[in-house]
Amino acid sequence: MNVRTLFFASYRDLAGTDELALELPAGARVADLVGRLRARGDALARLPESLVVAVNMDYAPLSTELRDGDEVAFIPPVAGG
Amino acid sequence: MSACFAVITADAIDPARLLADTVSSSDGAALLFWGVVREQNDGRPVADLEYSAYAPMAEKEMLRIAQEAREQFGTGAVGVIHRTGLLAIGEASVAISVASPHRGEAYEASRYVIEQLKQRVPVWKREGYVDGEREWVPGFTPAVQEAQ
Repeated sequence: MNVRTLFFASYRDLAGTDELALELPAGARVADLVGRLRARGDALARLPESLVVAVNMDYAPLSTELRDGDEVAFIPPVAGG
Repeated sequence: MSACFAVITADAIDPARLLADTVSSSDGAALLFWGVVREQNDGRPVADLEYSAYAPMAEKEMLRIAQEAREQFGTGAVGVIHRTGLLAIGEASVAISVASPHRGEAYEASRYVIEQLKQRVPVWKREGYVDGEREWVPGFTPAVQEAQ
């Protein structure tokens, strides 16, 4: 299945891009996606240990099972206002 | 009865329009929170602030907060607008209008919206300092509910 991953603010600086498309096996969870990103051997390995993620625009735990077409956003600490 | 609304925009915020869009005939008060860019942060002179957002999610989360405030405090409509892009000192980065039959609930609801916004809404800011450096402003880590 295919998922879109989005990077914002300091994570975008780290990733060097605001978006990556990834192919994952059926049944993969957010944690598997994170593992895949860390294993790429590029700057994404430096993503912090405690990650906050939104799946389809709602905050979601790393145990969330992904589906084809999901949008997974990596949310750095927020600083609105 | 007016509906709650939430907007992320690159355009300057119009406070009169924001107030008018929240007030209805059952309201006796409307309270405007006007958040502006300050000239210094922790003693360091700031030249400007650059805001970015995960816009569709930020709008969704701000609307959710506005509706929570309305339900929790029994106000009328709540409207929230947040800017993106490069903002100068004195420009409004965020504005919240709470319309309400009575003023007490409006003050409480307005406070609730700005505090929740700062903790939950995916917006980021980078300060540009007078010396030319730019840095991401440290923020809040949103709380994530574990799966049931």
